[in-house]
Amino acid sequence: MGENTKKITLPISEAEVRKLKAGDTVSITGVVYTARDMAHKYIIEGLLAKGSLPMDVKGQAIYYTGSTPAIPGQIIGSCGPGSGYRMDPYAPFLIEQGLRIMIGKGPINKTVIEAMKKHGAVYLAAIGGTGAIIARTVKKAEVVAYENLGPDAILRLEVENFTSIVAIDSNGNNLYAEAISKFGQ
Amino acid sequence: MREISTNLVTNAVERLCIRAASDLPFNVEELIQKSIQTEESPLAKEILGKILENAEYARNNNLPICQDTGIACLFVEIGQELTITGGVLSEAINEGVRRGYKKAYLRKSVAKDPLFDRSNTEDNTPAIISYTSVPGDRMHIKLLPKGGGSENCGAVKMLRPADGIDGVKEFLLQSVIEAGGKPCPPIIIGIGIGATLNHSALLAKRALCRPLGSHNNNPNYAKLEQEILDEINRTGIGPQGLGGRTTALAVQIEYRPTHIACLPVAVDINCHANRYKEVTI
Repeated sequence: MGENTKKITLPISEAEVRKLKAGDTVSITGVVYTARDMAHKYIIEGLLAKGSLPMDVKGQAIYYTGSTPAIPGQIIGSCGPGSGYRMDPYAPFLIEQGLRIMIGKGPINKTVIEAMKKHGAVYLAAIGGTGAIIARTVKKAEVVAYENLGPDAILRLEVENFTSIVAIDSNGNNLYAEAISKFGQ
Repeated sequence: MREISTNLVTNAVERLCIRAASDLPFNVEELIQKSIQTEESPLAKEILGKILENAEYARNNNLPICQDTGIACLFVEIGQELTITGGVLSEAINEGVRRGYKKAYLRKSVAKDPLFDRSNTEDNTPAIISYTSVPGDRMHIKLLPKGGGSENCGAVKMLRPADGIDGVKEFLLQSVIEAGGKPCPPIIIGIGIGATLNHSALLAKRALCRPLGSHNNNPNYAKLEQEILDEINRTGIGPQGLGGRTTALAVQIEYRPTHIACLPVAVDINCHANRYKEVTI
């Protein structure tokens, strides 16, 4: 989208992530991991119990999606974003571990935003309900952990030109919070 | 008495599940198209354009519009002069859901137990089925595959009769503002007013299955629908909650007589992917 799209490749450094500003459109190329409710629960339980994670999140992105099964011959099914707020109880732990980007839809809470400001991370909004066209940007998909969770298993996705919007940046600028004051009548 | 076999029902439900996932009712796209013209925010316009592109691509390629292909909600009207043979009707409906979700590679999104065992039932059953009996010898089935993101934004409130129209509006507006960007705006809003706690919620869900843009036959409620829609679109929430004029595409109210001491109001929010299909057997 937009002519001012910023291209980013993953993994990304703190300095690079801090350059992203709320309202920017970004196009991502590289590896993103999928994880949602139950996968986050397992990740954090593992982290607190053993101090380890099923994948290295340093400089990485987690995409909150649970795709439809791939039709034979396809890489992945529809894979649009899920709600970010459901991961609020877990996200700060991963940000502390070096996670730089979360991709979801809809607002997230203050605790997560404070962690983003402190450690340097952004929350990107992909467009909810556009999973069919988002699937075209996924070039490879493989299960990393928790296959038993079916659509909520952790996948490693290789994406090219995955487009999303910086909804909340590492200074806490927040398009969701600004919407009503800016556009309300 | 007319007789039909449960096989017929299973096949019909299977087809509804498959079609609903990738074939958005056209009037959703018409309403989005219209809203692009009045939208002020350039970002909102782009988002609405992507939503239209996705709906068309999904339909043309038989792909799910959204990865959340929903929990299957069905409204079944059974004519009193109809006999169903060959098994239990609810089982036949669930078998149709099972087959449709498997055959079309739709996501299975049902957890076995809400609290103690959230593992996946792996076939998207059980469906949520609501039956009513009607005159005649036909069966009418409506399917609304409901996504979790928008479902989580619904609410019911037992208002006092004294709260009246203003109380109803205030509750609805608060619910939509609180939902913000969570239910994937632009949203469609189903509202149930009256009846009882449980039934108002059922009316709200059923309201989502009404042809979009249609108004309640009662002019009082039709006017209320328009007023609520206008107020919601003045909030500024906008597409995806990122700001703009287009927060809701339609507000649809269903109402029923209620207890003399009660004023139940239920709001059921759906995302722009307001998928539903229906069939008469």
